[in-house]
Amino acid sequence: MSSKTFATVLAAALGLTVLAACGTDSGDTAVDGKTVVKVSLEPGQDKSAVDAFTARVTQFEQANPGIDLAVQEFKWDPTKFTAQLAGGTLPDVLTVPFTDGRGLIERHQIADISADVAQLPYAGKFNPEVAKTGQDAQGKQEAIPIAAYTQALHYNRTLFKQAGLDPDKPPSTWDEVRAAAKQIAERTGAAGYAQMTKDNTGGWILVTQDYAFGGRTEKLDGDKATATVDTPQLRQVLQNLRAMRWDDNSMGANFLYDWNGINQDFAAGRIGMYVSGGGNYKDLLAQNAIKPADYGVTAVPLTGPDAGALGGGTLAVVNVKASKKTQAAAVKWIDFYYLRKLTDQAAAQADAKTNADAKQAVGSPELPVFDKATYDERLRWIGQYVNVPLSQMTPYTSRMFGRPLLPEPTRATQKVYGVLDTVVQKVLTDRDADVNALLADAQAQVQALLDRP
Amino acid sequence: MTTAAPPRLADPPAPARERACRPRRTPLRWARRGGLAPVLFLLPALFVFGLFAWLPIGKSALMSFQRTNLVTAPEFVGLDNYRTVLTDPMFWTAVGNTGLFALLALLIGYPVPLALAVLMSEVRKGRGLFSALAYLPVVIPPVVAVLLWKVFYDAGPDGLFNKILGLVGIGPVPWLQSASTAMGSLVIEATWAAAGSTVIIYLAALTSVPPELYEAAELDGAGIRGKVWHVTLPHLRGVLLTTFILQIIGTTQVFLEPFLFTGGGPAHATTTILLLIYNYAFADSLGGDYGAATALSVLLAGTLAVFSAVFLRLTRSWSSS
Repeated sequence: MSSKTFATVLAAALGLTVLAACGTDSGDTAVDGKTVVKVSLEPGQDKSAVDAFTARVTQFEQANPGIDLAVQEFKWDPTKFTAQLAGGTLPDVLTVPFTDGRGLIERHQIADISADVAQLPYAGKFNPEVAKTGQDAQGKQEAIPIAAYTQALHYNRTLFKQAGLDPDKPPSTWDEVRAAAKQIAERTGAAGYAQMTKDNTGGWILVTQDYAFGGRTEKLDGDKATATVDTPQLRQVLQNLRAMRWDDNSMGANFLYDWNGINQDFAAGRIGMYVSGGGNYKDLLAQNAIKPADYGVTAVPLTGPDAGALGGGTLAVVNVKASKKTQAAAVKWIDFYYLRKLTDQAAAQADAKTNADAKQAVGSPELPVFDKATYDERLRWIGQYVNVPLSQMTPYTSRMFGRPLLPEPTRATQKVYGVLDTVVQKVLTDRDADVNALLADAQAQVQALLDRP
Repeated sequence: MTTAAPPRLADPPAPARERACRPRRTPLRWARRGGLAPVLFLLPALFVFGLFAWLPIGKSALMSFQRTNLVTAPEFVGLDNYRTVLTDPMFWTAVGNTGLFALLALLIGYPVPLALAVLMSEVRKGRGLFSALAYLPVVIPPVVAVLLWKVFYDAGPDGLFNKILGLVGIGPVPWLQSASTAMGSLVIEATWAAAGSTVIIYLAALTSVPPELYEAAELDGAGIRGKVWHVTLPHLRGVLLTTFILQIIGTTQVFLEPFLFTGGGPAHATTTILLLIYNYAFADSLGGDYGAATALSVLLAGTLAVFSAVFLRLTRSWSSS
């Protein structure tokens, strides 16, 4: 073979290799006749958390020999979801916050698994308020609620002690929050109270506070939605924040926190108090290695007659692009991993033991996904494995039931949160920020969002 | 006397005659003569480049005239996306912020590498060490660099920079936490991160300056400033113009720093054009506005192309001299 011919053949082979590589299909339907389901594991967890998850995967595969689970690291990020869906890189089972459930269902961006869900033995026992977050307009359960919570005020007990405050008597009014924040900042140098402000979390927390003062951000009348952002309640929230930031200087020096950032600084002992989901302890432990002795949590103070606690939670959903067979197998995994531990004694104890052995949090406070009786029964089942500092959570757990539970805004939720991010950032970074003007502007922007078809 | 006979009108012109004599170029003959090999060698590169560069560019341009959620079939909406972008109040905020970043980067980031290169070229010993030190920030992954600087920029009195400034009675400076200082903070980090590459380019260009010119300038009584002004800068003119336009194009497309440092905050003080494009597409992907994102991308690309063409045309005479 002449060198020229050889070169030509080589180039052709290379070209074909590139073509072949680009055309290769990942083939996720079956291996050895098994149905492959890509299940999600939240990234950034420590080794023992991953071990606990892997153990559950093995247990499932042993119980379901026809299904092969492929673990994929995945964390819900609304900014990437559509691109991931279009690009085919989503796992088959993923978890999403209540916030986005309704939008995903309306846009048919997740699989309709209602027929498979209806087959589950406990399908009729879901807490109706919680179940609604995963239903379409006709009441079909397309997404499965797996966890629910109310927002809580997390606090650092060690900083409380250093500041001369009693960690067993955390603040129960917003005035007390302000006073405690001031005392912590003055005596320890840490931020007395900090707040998320970035990537739509600012809006999420601001709405929590608005609800806590008796406000709402939208008023629904049939299909018509009216923005109710420019209200005395939200004004009061912002004035309170402004006073803490500029008069008391008790909010530290970082005003661009997102969820991860504030968790990191809280676990590192740089923040006295902050508002976030009530079940946050397990994340703080798994991802930020918080010292259990530091941790305390109490209910968000409520002020005024219409005040309520913002609720939230997690839905398990199935990739709309998965085949029917994969969807059915995915529901089996959701049942096994997320739900049966809430309804079945053996499963609850197996899950709790696996997590406790891997030194993961067992027993973090949550709201019942099913009825209260099922919830209480589960707590009894797993009692011997509970390893979270329960007594330090009593200020929250003793008050989390029986408070008005309010859902997140339903229309254009993430975009409304985005508008409110700017408001809270402005108040915390500009001493001369005009709260009235900010609210009037936000009101117009939110109304424009609600008016969009 | 002999005279050359005038060419007959019927005769074909000489080149045409040659063509007629030459054997016809058939694809087979072209392939046998080795024409296929370069094409085959090019194919993988063309395929990859086409698939990953030109196809997305073309599709983006098309998408700027569509409304799509990437899942259901797109719908053509004419110039609606361009209208949406140009009437969005955030558009002018982003343009202003990007302009501010580019201006500050020009004031801070443009002269710093030049000054460093000139100083380093004057150093007799250890030039390699200084070059390595100048280039070191470039080899640090950008995300790592930003996370590092986030710690430096801690706005509390115990933050690294504030601690240092505190020694001379300045601060604490809010750095990223105030609309008035955030953009400057981004520019300082961006300059630190990018200066190394430009320093190396300038150092290479400086080696082409004949040393006897400096000797002549010294004999004429020129100091360092005089030598730089009358010898160095005129010789670097071509390189300076190139780095200038690259800097403008680069800074106009700034994304990493505002995205990672501030997310565009506080209160949109660092929302740049690219961050706005990102926000259009991804800030709420449940209803992501990919049409507006691509429309703004096309506008930015067009503006930069026109700017580059005009700039090169205006400065053609400078750079070639």
